[in-house]
This record gives sequence, C-alpha cells and structure tokens, in this order.
Amino acid sequence: MNGQVTSSPHLHSGESVRGIMLDVIFALLPAGVCGVFFFGIRALMVILVSVATCVLCEMLWQWLFKKPISIGDMSAVVTGLLLAYNLPPTLPLWMVAIGAAFAIIIAKQVFGGLGHNFMNPALAGRAFLLAAFAGNMTTWVSASLFGMDAQTTATPLALLKAGNLEEMPELMQLVLGHVGGCIGETSAVLLLLGGLYLMARRVIKIRIPAAFIGTVAVLTFIFGSSGGFGERMQIMGYHLFSGGLFLGAFFMATDYTTTPSTPLGQLLFGIGCGLITTVIRLIGGYPEGVSYSILMMNVAAPLLERHTMPRVYGYARKKPSLRKKGGAETA
Amino acid sequence: MGLYSFKGGIHPDYHKQETAAKPLEVMTPPNEVVIPMLQHIRVACQPLVAKGDMVKMGQKIGESDAFLSAPVHASVSGQVVAVEPRPHQNGTRVMSVVIQNDFQDTPAERITAKDNFEDMSVEEIRQCIREAGLVGMGGAGFPVHIKLDIPKGKNCDTVIVNGAECEPYLSSDHHSMLNYSDELIDGLRAVMKAVGAEKGIIAVEDNKRDAEQLLCDKTKDIAEIEVALLETKYPQGSEKHIIKTVLGKEVPSGKLPIDVGVVVNNVDTCISICRAIRDGMPPVVRRITVAGGGVKEPKVLEARIGTPFEALVEAAGGVAEEPLKIVAGGPMMGHCQYDLGASVIKTSSGLLLLTEQEIGIFEEGPCLRCGKCVDACPMNLMPMLLSVAGRRKNVEQSVKLHATDCLECGCCTYSCPSHRYLLEGIRMAKQHAVART
Repeated sequence: MNGQVTSSPHLHSGESVRGIMLDVIFALLPAGVCGVFFFGIRALMVILVSVATCVLCEMLWQWLFKKPISIGDMSAVVTGLLLAYNLPPTLPLWMVAIGAAFAIIIAKQVFGGLGHNFMNPALAGRAFLLAAFAGNMTTWVSASLFGMDAQTTATPLALLKAGNLEEMPELMQLVLGHVGGCIGETSAVLLLLGGLYLMARRVIKIRIPAAFIGTVAVLTFIFGSSGGFGERMQIMGYHLFSGGLFLGAFFMATDYTTTPSTPLGQLLFGIGCGLITTVIRLIGGYPEGVSYSILMMNVAAPLLERHTMPRVYGYARKKPSLRKKGGAETA
Repeated sequence: MGLYSFKGGIHPDYHKQETAAKPLEVMTPPNEVVIPMLQHIRVACQPLVAKGDMVKMGQKIGESDAFLSAPVHASVSGQVVAVEPRPHQNGTRVMSVVIQNDFQDTPAERITAKDNFEDMSVEEIRQCIREAGLVGMGGAGFPVHIKLDIPKGKNCDTVIVNGAECEPYLSSDHHSMLNYSDELIDGLRAVMKAVGAEKGIIAVEDNKRDAEQLLCDKTKDIAEIEVALLETKYPQGSEKHIIKTVLGKEVPSGKLPIDVGVVVNNVDTCISICRAIRDGMPPVVRRITVAGGGVKEPKVLEARIGTPFEALVEAAGGVAEEPLKIVAGGPMMGHCQYDLGASVIKTSSGLLLLTEQEIGIFEEGPCLRCGKCVDACPMNLMPMLLSVAGRRKNVEQSVKLHATDCLECGCCTYSCPSHRYLLEGIRMAKQHAVART
C-alpha cells in the first residue's frame, strides 16, 4: 500500500532553489522599476536584453551538451537582472548581450553550472565589459524622469574622487537614486528594502551585508576626509549611499555559491569586501570598487571557509584537528 | 525562568495538535501479539518458549547472555502459536514469539519481592530493572540497567528526564506525562537512588505547557527535583543537546553522558521503571502516536507490546488516504516500512502514514553551497562537505570532518533547498570513518 521506502528524514522545509531565486527577483524589482523611472525605456531594454540573453545562453549550452535544461530554477534570470543593474543605461544593446553571454557561459557553465562557479557570474560579466568597452561602460547620464533631457554627467563617486564636493548631489537624492549611475544601483532605499525582504524571508543572513556596509562606514569615516565630525559624517554618507554598495552588499556579496558557508567565514568575507571597496575608492584608480572587491573575495572564499569551520559539539575549543595536517588521526 | 535552547536545529511544522488535544485511548488487546526478540540495540534474544507453550502476562520469553541486551516478556497471557521470523520495524525479519491472547491477563510472578524503591538497595533496583528488560523507550533502545551501572571512578550528579519529544507529529510522551505524572516522578526518584544523584530535572519543551505545569505542581514539595522548560526546537530531545541546554555541559566526542556526570532517561522509561518496581511487572504496554494525513482519526494509543501495526491503524479509524510513506517512529528519524506487517516493540514511539501532499517527492539538485545545512546542524558539522566525502568514499575527509559525531537528526536534509540527500551521504561517511578506526 505504500509508495516509497527511503531513509530518514521524511520531512522537508519546502524551500527550493526556484523559490529562493523568485524571492531574489521579487526583491530586485523595486530598484529596477526605479531605474527605468529615472533612466527611461532604454534602461528597460538593457534589462530585457540581459535577462533574455542569460536565459537563452543557459538553455543553448545545456542543450548543446545534452544536460538537463535547468532554466526553470530561475538562476539565469537573477544573473541577467544583476548584470543589467550593474550597467550604464546607455550601453549599446549588443554589448549587453555579449556581457550576458560571458556571464553565463564563461563564468558559470564552463565551471559546471549552478553551484560550481567560483565567481559571481553577473560581476564577472560586468568586469569583462569594463575591460572590453571601457569608454561605453563609463559614460553616465543624469537621471531624469523617464530619461527625458538626459545629459552626460559624472557619477557621485567620480565627483567625490575628484574632490569636487560642490557639484555633489544632495544626500537625499543619493538615497532615492535620483543621480547618475548604473541602472539598478542608484536607489539605496529601494535596495535596502529588497535586502530586508530577503532577510525576512530567510534567503540571506545579515552577516555579510552588515559586515560589508559596516566596514565601509567605519573606514570612510576615519580615512574619507580630514575634516571635522560633520564633514566626516557627510563623506561617509556619500560613500554608503552612492555607487553599488547596497546592490553589492545585499544581492551580490550574498550569492551562495561564491561565498563561504560558515558563519565566521561570512563575517570575514563581508569585512574583506568592505576593506577592498574602501581601498579602491580612496586610493585606487577607479572611483568605484564594489564589484572588484566582491570578485576578489569570491576567489578567497574557499580559503576562508576551510579555516573558519565551526567548533564541533563535544570538542575542546582549541582543537588543531581541522587545521593541522594529520590531526585527524588523533581525533 | 527563561527558555533553554541550543545552537542550530530547525523549526518544522509540528502537527502535534491533532493528537495532543485528544485524550489517551487504551486499546483493546489484540487476538494475537507478535513479540520480536529484538527490542533493544544490537543482539537479539533467544526465545525461551516453544510452540504450544502457555505463557502468562509479564513472563520472560526471550533472554540473551550478551552484555548489551535486555530480556523480552509476554505482553498478554495465552498460548504460543508460533516461534518464527516475522517483519520487524527496522525493515528486517526477526525471530518472534506469536501469542494467541486468552484475554485473561493472568499475571506472571512478580519480578521483585519488594514493591517500594525506598526499601530496596541500589543493587536490588538495578537487578529489578534488568529483569524487567527495560530499554530506553525514546527510540534508541539502550538497556537501562547498563546505563545505571556507573563505571568506577565516575560519578553521576544529575538525572535528566527527557520529555522534550521534539519529533513532529508525536505526542505519546506528552500524554504519558499528563496521565502518569506520579509514576514518572517515582521512577525518576528510583533512578536517582540507583545512581546516587542528588538532582533530578524533568525537561519539557514549551509546546507542552500543560504537562510542565502539572509536573511543577507535583514536584513543588520535592526539593531535589526541578522542571526545566525548553524552547520548542528540533532536535531538542537529543541526549547531547538536552544536556547542553539544561546544564550547559557538552558531552565530549565519543563519550557518554555519564562522563559529564549525567544520566538521561526518557519519560516512558521512567514510568516503566516505576511500574516494574511497584507492580513487579515488566513493560507490557507502550503509548504510541498513530498519526499522519493517511490516518482517519490520528490519536495516541496505549497498546500492548506486540500489537500488529495493522491493528493500530484500524484502532485509529483506518486508512483515510493512500500514504506515500509508512514510518515507524518520528518523521525526522523514523524507519520507513514496506507495509503494516511489523508490530509494536518497546521503542515504538509512533506510526505515521504520511501522504504525498504532506511530505512531497523531490528531485535532487546541485549543491548551491548556501550553508543552510551548516546553520541547521546542531553538532556544528559541515554537512554538505561530509556528504560529498561519504559519496566519494573519501575516508580521509570523512574522519577529518568528524563524520562519527553526526547524530543523524536530519536537519541538514530538511533544510536543503536543493533537496540533496545529505544525510544518506553522511551515513556513508560515518561508515568510512568507523571502518578506519
């Protein structure tokens, strides 16, 4: 009379990869809508081309290599969205498609697909585009309602880097996203909202975003300016709410596959991201450092994980077993 | 007093109301009981009776001279109609004694001369428990008399009664605590005397507040017994975790609770200890939860040991819906059954008929390395790495990642969004690690 005989456990939480990805997509939507609102229909086209290319490339690759087609898990859609959010709205669409194809095929599928890539595919795609089409990737337009009267402008971080504080937009504009920049990175408040939603749904934990944003806050407060408390606070605010910090901290530094799975490892990962971001922003050649910081920490993730395994129940606190070679024999 | 808890673990849907809200039902003994010779861990007993023999209720019908074993007794009086291998809830066939019930319940001779633990010496209490064939009734089936035999040089200061019952669906211990609280306290005091402990703690999860309240009332004049309220969380009832939450101590890897001065006993075990001493009767009944979407009227039944599972389901109103899985025990650690052919033993805590709608059928996906299993593991292991090590027969890695410390609680598999069979892999890793040592 029974259908299945399996070993325990027989219950499941009901969570699925598709469910998680749908949550991420839902959390990303407000910032995307905001991007389209400020940068116009062009931004929407970039988003659509990026998502469509990602999904098609994944399907094509899996069909070509006779693997089960897994676009139903929606992970390619997430990659497409994240890539588009990291691109300037004026980027020619064929470049968008190339970036998306690079993200899915080179950064994800070549390494074995979902769960096996060692770098965040969307960020790898963006880094590739930045290297290949530096000019187009750094041309920014000012945000205006539905992209009307858009004109070339500098991003807030570029202004900050040049020390051009007079031309800096109001902090409030930064928080809302009414500034020049990538499609999805400008509205800090909507990204925060999405991040909070993901935490409430238990898709992500607060460890990485808090460590990432906190580190940037502390470091830019200390090293961001040489003025008094008020100026330091202002500079810190600029650093927190401009550029891709919130997008990176909540949506990309929390990517499961490319970050450590241990609690302590995640904390260190976040701190590392914040450190590298600040170093690039304050002393590096680029005005923005979020994507490179995450990519660099992605590479360090396995190392962090290996050395931050939690203490197993029933073992003394200072047990060398995991770190010392051959320690297992004495266990 | 705040709630006690531990790190890791999961909060599944408990489904306890369906059976906790209904009264305990004493089931009419069946016409025929099937009593397996294996009701504890390790070595099965040899039958002491043959076909045609007449037996009395409580008569010893199986015995073994192995160290890790406990005798088996008849749960009804009547005639032995068969001694042959029968299906066991562990999935194999085990030598069993089948008794035709004469419905007289003629009791066998008392297993002890005295009926009050206060008059008995420590040795007499342990002897009585050994004779009664008492085993841990929480599910592991570890012989109680061995647990109570404190090794030289060790010392037991605290006895914990495990009333957590953290497995979803099950509420047999809950009903035991509500209905037999006096016997529970008596049993606990007998154990405390046997091991020389000064303190007894009854630990209950906070989803059984009525039982906690009752036990608090009953123990308020007994200075050495306390009631602890624990957070409702799986696997709170794990021996290691109940010690950690209640006393803040960790049992060192590979050691037993006694190494930190603690003995843990299940609720039903304590009640059975009280009865063995007071009535001179080995355990002949067992409270068992019959539940799941496939059962018409889920309830907790007090059934004779040896009652066929089929009779249990009938007593619970029969099959409502074709189940996807039949599980003996709880849904997190219980054994799947091929059919309803097995029967109740001392360690049977539940019989669940789980429908497809309740538990689902899933296909395994790739590991996302999301770390949800790491966060869920109450032992702080790395389930996704261990599982891979097990599947790849990587002995080195299995040992290194402490495979043998896994409790097999199933929290990792439960929380994996990719539906990976993590625990299956870890069981393989455990085998590799055990073979190595």
